Amino acid sequence: MSVLERRLIRETSFGLTNKLWQISWIYVLLLCVLASVGYVALYSAAGGSPEPYASRHILRFGFGLTLMLSIAMVDIRFIARMSWLAYAGSVVLLILVLKMGHVGKGAQRWLDLGGMPWQPSELMKIALILALAAWFHRASWERMGNPLFLIPPAIAVLIPVGLILKEPNLGTAVITGAIGATIFLGAGVRWWKVGIGLGAIGLGVPVAYHHLHDYQKARITTFLNPESDPLGAGYNIIQSKIALGSGGMWGKGFLQGTQGHLNFLPEKQTDFIFTMLGEEFGLVGSLALLGLLCLITIGGMLIALRCRHQFGRLVALGVSMNFFLYVLVNVAMVTGTIPVGGVPLPLVSHGGTAMITVMIGFGLLMSVHVHRDTEFSDGRDEV
Amino acid sequence: MKRETKRTGVFTRRALLVGGAQLAAFGALGAKLYQVQIVQGARYSTLAETNRISARLIAPPRGRLLDRFGEPVAGNKLNWRALLIAEQTGDITATLDNFSRIVPLADHERARIERELRRHRRFIPVTVREFLSWEDMASIEVNAPDLPGILVDVGTTRIYPFGPALAHIVGYVAPPNDQDVAEDTMFALPGMRVGRAGVEKFHDKPLRGRAGAVQLEVNAVGRVIRELDRQEGTPGLDIGLTIDSTLQKMVIDRIGDESASAVVMDARNGEVLAMVTNPSFDPSLFNSGVSQAQWLEWTRNRRAPLINKAASGLYAPGSTFKIVVAMAGLESKAITPFDIVNCPGYLDFGDRRYHCWSKYGHGGMDLRGGLKNSCDVYFYEVARRTGIDRIAAMAHRFGLAVPLDIELPGTRQGFMPTRAWRMKQGKAWNIGDTIVSGIGQGYMQLTPLSLAVMVSRMATGRAVQPHLTRTFGNAMAPGAKAEDWPSLGVSERSLHAIREGMWAVVNEQGGSAPLAKLDLPNVQMAGKTGSAQVRNVTREQREHGYKSENQAWELRPNALFVAFAPYDAPRYALALVVEHGNAGAAAAAPIARDIMTDVLTRDPAGRREAPTQRVAEANAP
Repeated sequence: MSVLERRLIRETSFGLTNKLWQISWIYVLLLCVLASVGYVALYSAAGGSPEPYASRHILRFGFGLTLMLSIAMVDIRFIARMSWLAYAGSVVLLILVLKMGHVGKGAQRWLDLGGMPWQPSELMKIALILALAAWFHRASWERMGNPLFLIPPAIAVLIPVGLILKEPNLGTAVITGAIGATIFLGAGVRWWKVGIGLGAIGLGVPVAYHHLHDYQKARITTFLNPESDPLGAGYNIIQSKIALGSGGMWGKGFLQGTQGHLNFLPEKQTDFIFTMLGEEFGLVGSLALLGLLCLITIGGMLIALRCRHQFGRLVALGVSMNFFLYVLVNVAMVTGTIPVGGVPLPLVSHGGTAMITVMIGFGLLMSVHVHRDTEFSDGRDEV
Repeated sequence: MKRETKRTGVFTRRALLVGGAQLAAFGALGAKLYQVQIVQGARYSTLAETNRISARLIAPPRGRLLDRFGEPVAGNKLNWRALLIAEQTGDITATLDNFSRIVPLADHERARIERELRRHRRFIPVTVREFLSWEDMASIEVNAPDLPGILVDVGTTRIYPFGPALAHIVGYVAPPNDQDVAEDTMFALPGMRVGRAGVEKFHDKPLRGRAGAVQLEVNAVGRVIRELDRQEGTPGLDIGLTIDSTLQKMVIDRIGDESASAVVMDARNGEVLAMVTNPSFDPSLFNSGVSQAQWLEWTRNRRAPLINKAASGLYAPGSTFKIVVAMAGLESKAITPFDIVNCPGYLDFGDRRYHCWSKYGHGGMDLRGGLKNSCDVYFYEVARRTGIDRIAAMAHRFGLAVPLDIELPGTRQGFMPTRAWRMKQGKAWNIGDTIVSGIGQGYMQLTPLSLAVMVSRMATGRAVQPHLTRTFGNAMAPGAKAEDWPSLGVSERSLHAIREGMWAVVNEQGGSAPLAKLDLPNVQMAGKTGSAQVRNVTREQREHGYKSENQAWELRPNALFVAFAPYDAPRYALALVVEHGNAGAAAAAPIARDIMTDVLTRDPAGRREAPTQRVAEANAP
């Protein structure tokens, strides 16, 4: 790379106007379309009214979009430097939620920050992605072979997973672990090492379970066996399948979904928003939505592949994976494939924390994209 | 750059792999959607159109209320009723007409049913008629083909075994309103009741329990094909009260026809053993809806049966307040127990003359004499020396005109005047106002409950709070031990001086309430009378031989008595207000004596098990 080229890169990467041009506006458009789908669905979930869900949804999205674009302007190297700070802050919040959080729907996940309930475990996933990316960014190929080098990041995954498990929020804990494992793989850790790590966690879970309080065990049991909750996930899933199935190919039409509007479908504005759309717009509608979600996921992967530094690649991989896992778990749940509850469909479901943290994630993704060619030394120059 | 290339290469390979896996997962989700919406679509459509898996909530039984010995004071009884599910009947009017032919429905019932049908969703059953007889049920079942959407089931209804005796404490339940339904969907169930007064209201949440659910497969006409799943709900919690229901009834019997209220408390921990308001009402009438005539009778009755006078009735405390005035004087060092005030039968202050109840005067009075004779002039002087603000502050310390932690919604805290309050009204506080406050007259208004708290605190020196809850399910509610309550922080010497004066009131020759003396061996009661005017008596009237007992009922003074016993080891406290009973010593003291005798022989706070009637009788003198 010539000196001239370097100068060019530096200059383009520091001009705000240039940076704005670098944003992938097509990607932003996709997100806007997804949020609009959310508006339509929430309008219907409220029985054909923007109150109480849809109007607030779009306000939050506006806020999230501003946040995202602001983060996209931040220099990726600065973000990398702040990674561990963000990680430490999130761990502190997680501990706070265990000490003084609200118990909502049978688990202690919520923290009141400035009058708004927050779920720090959502923030934790983003912070973990940053921290792991920063760690592996500085890893030479040779050091990757050294098992000792993998211990600190492994601990960095285990701490939040353990804390989230203690809330207890099994779903988010598993998703957090899966994101960690994906970044390990992306960084080039050998398959069998990641396998051994996951296996060890798998063996450790029963031990940890043994140390939980009875009431915490009870919460996990309810989570794993929703049938034990009379009006819980088991009933919800049956109703969800009926609603989806009765939608057929073309659906019953906007605002015409009987199951949703007759209140057979519970939590239709949050966890089961996909069902709401599937009933009213049929297979065509649900596949179109699925396609949109797929485009956003794969778009993230493309940004990862296009990036020229390891930090950016890993961050993009992590963000894409996070979004993907939300979608996977949510859609698998509403189609009755897996019996869990409590995972929203990002940017469509009603709910503040998930929306804001997902948008923070996309902000980071966009920063990676804007700074894709920025020279970003890994601190061990010239080999 | 070799290292970098290798790393990039590995990342690219793996990212492609992850991306491929993501695509595959999306494909799988798409396939699953195809399966649910197209392959099984027809099946689910039928389920949605004709067969409905209908989840119905099962109402949990409401928790019972028990007295301190486990006797139910609010319970549940089976209740057969007919329900109507709107979506299962073609023509609601026709169905109801058919129903009327079997069980006649009054017009207001029809109106209520139609109102509820509009309010609820079409699949929620609405009560058509409750408390059906066996014959009615049989006819309904036989005529079922003409009655689509009508079903008969069994629910529960609230019963109050003690009826009016505990109505003001237990309160009552009534059908939920729209707001309740919005708060908890369980209230949409037929037969649900929500606590509307008393402990039923205060502890409504724990008494309510959690609804269970049945999943039923129902066909197009709403017939249940089979039950798929059943989850029992959590029944409401049984709550134990501090009340001794037998004692409560004894107190009611003793009060008889008087319009009166009485509170008996365990002075050591604030447990309310009896709280009587007479006259009372039948709480079960609210369960099914109160008739217009009944309501008018209640609200027009000048003895106000619906009002819990013990907790919400406001009265001038009269001379019973003197013990607080004395305490304020002693603690502020405005007086000592030995200061002598001469009572010539009146006190002249400014241009007004303040009369003592005895027009001949009591002569030289110290604290003990002042209390014993209830000498007004003595307390005019104590109040003048102490000042209204210190008296008010002491009254608040003794639980007067402050919020109390009692589980009765609608409890009033009463009112105690201060200089600041008068200032806010834009008027100056007169010393004359202070002087009349010294004998519990003037602006102050207190509840019998707060007077019971006052005398409890005087008896034990602890800041006890009155309460009605003793147990939650199997757990003890806090506050059952005397040590749970902090000390009031007034000196033991002051307490002793006042208790001694109260002892003299009842037990000494020439005391103002000789009729209150207990006829029990080795147990003595200490007390204080009060007769509070409800109207001003002018000098003119006084000179023309005004006699309050000749006045109309509403104009006679209220008779009050506060007491605690045993004197040497205070355990029970009592406050009694007989509305327009004229004189505390004559109207209230004998009732107080008899109640306290019952309390001491039953000793409800000292026992675990209810004493049998026979034991109580055997111990009685």
